[in-house]
Amino acid sequence: MAVSSKIIVRVEDLHKRYGSEEILKGVSFTVRQGEALAIIGPSGTGKSTLLRCINRLTEPDRGRIWLEETEITSPHTDINKIRQQIGFVFQDFNLFAHLTALDNVRLGLLKVKKLPKKEATERAMHELARVGLAEHAQKYPAQLSGGQQQRVSIARALAMDPKLMLFDEPTSALDPELIGEVLQVMQKLAEEGMTMIVVTHEMGFARSVCDQVIFMEKGVIVEQGPPEQIFTNPQQPRTRQFLGKISELYGGAGR
Amino acid sequence: MLDKLLLIWESLPLLIRGAIVTLELTMSLLAIGFVLGLIVALGQVYGPRPIAMLMSGYERFFRAMPILVLLIVFFYGLAFLGVSLPAFGTAVLVFGLHSSAYQSQIFRGSIQAIKPGQILAARALGMTRLQVIRYITLPQALRLAIPGWSNEYSGVLKDTSFAFAIGVTELARQGWQIATRTREMFLVFISVALIYLLLTYLGTWLLELLERYLSVPGLAGQRREEHGRVV
Repeated sequence: MAVSSKIIVRVEDLHKRYGSEEILKGVSFTVRQGEALAIIGPSGTGKSTLLRCINRLTEPDRGRIWLEETEITSPHTDINKIRQQIGFVFQDFNLFAHLTALDNVRLGLLKVKKLPKKEATERAMHELARVGLAEHAQKYPAQLSGGQQQRVSIARALAMDPKLMLFDEPTSALDPELIGEVLQVMQKLAEEGMTMIVVTHEMGFARSVCDQVIFMEKGVIVEQGPPEQIFTNPQQPRTRQFLGKISELYGGAGR
Repeated sequence: MLDKLLLIWESLPLLIRGAIVTLELTMSLLAIGFVLGLIVALGQVYGPRPIAMLMSGYERFFRAMPILVLLIVFFYGLAFLGVSLPAFGTAVLVFGLHSSAYQSQIFRGSIQAIKPGQILAARALGMTRLQVIRYITLPQALRLAIPGWSNEYSGVLKDTSFAFAIGVTELARQGWQIATRTREMFLVFISVALIYLLLTYLGTWLLELLERYLSVPGLAGQRREEHGRVV
């Protein structure tokens, strides 16, 4: 997983408030091409909001975000053009319930990218094969397990040929024995050089697959660094405390 | 006995002509109600606040009006305003507006039954609002709406008999004319009732076939057995 020096995403001083509650209080970071960034931290600290601000599914109140040279947060930017270049994987999959796995993956290619049907079908089948689900192409979401649904949703995002993939707790809604198959797909992606930001509670994944880890709490970045630093030698007492709690629960943060 | 059967047999062409008018009324009003109802529902769910309020006002007004009152007010009101619309056209318009209010609530319910996460996922792919409505919301909402819509069909089919009041010769009026001519009130209206029964049965049966044809695992149209197993 070669990380180049080219910056894919730059987030600058991001703020978001819901009513009286400030969810993001000035978050800044960059992600370089080929980098896998894990964002960890307790629930309700703005990790998902941060992710949704990046493709403006949530509108930030203040701060700027760039995808390569394009400012995402500029009012002159066609957000639909930007979203085509950013894959988003949701915690609860959000597959289109009335469409087969194939059509879920193909819809964006046909209607957003306007590919001809034959080409779209080939591309969609290729992506389904990539996540190991080619033989389930004709099944509907309700006929697939949670792990399979999440893999379809990853294929759906990948089909659009994104420059960046955002994962919002992609394994949190899964039965323990199904988490592995999804993480495996994500690991493969990271190894192939996909730039990705992963909000996760899977510390093992963050540690062994990601290049950078951000520990976030209460709307700010508490600590950021390579996984070795965060997991074995955290600089902030709060990071240490959080990881300690996690390892108490799961028996070793770096399992 | 035989003469009575003969009488029915002889009035059958007229009754069928009436039934055809009833069906024409029903189909036209449902089409108008479908288009307007869908617009009202989408406005209520996705529209900005003023639009949503306007749509709700429209829907409440037409649901509050008795159909017969509405029919007479429109028929004489339009004439008073100098607009000449034939009785059939007036009936279709009034029934259509009335039905659109009811249909809008069928559609609103089924639109709101769709998990919002799917909308987010579609937007995240780069779809516009209209694309989301067209490719994600409507295909699911319309499937979910079929049972409620079938109910609306059987309801308005019978409401069309109110068109009698402004002189449209649909099934009920046709029956009335035959009955007063032959003085066989009971017999004729039993035949009329049977025709209504047949039309209702046929229509709802066709809609049930449609529902089954369009059913998707895990979405609408789950089979009786699947529900029966858990309840």
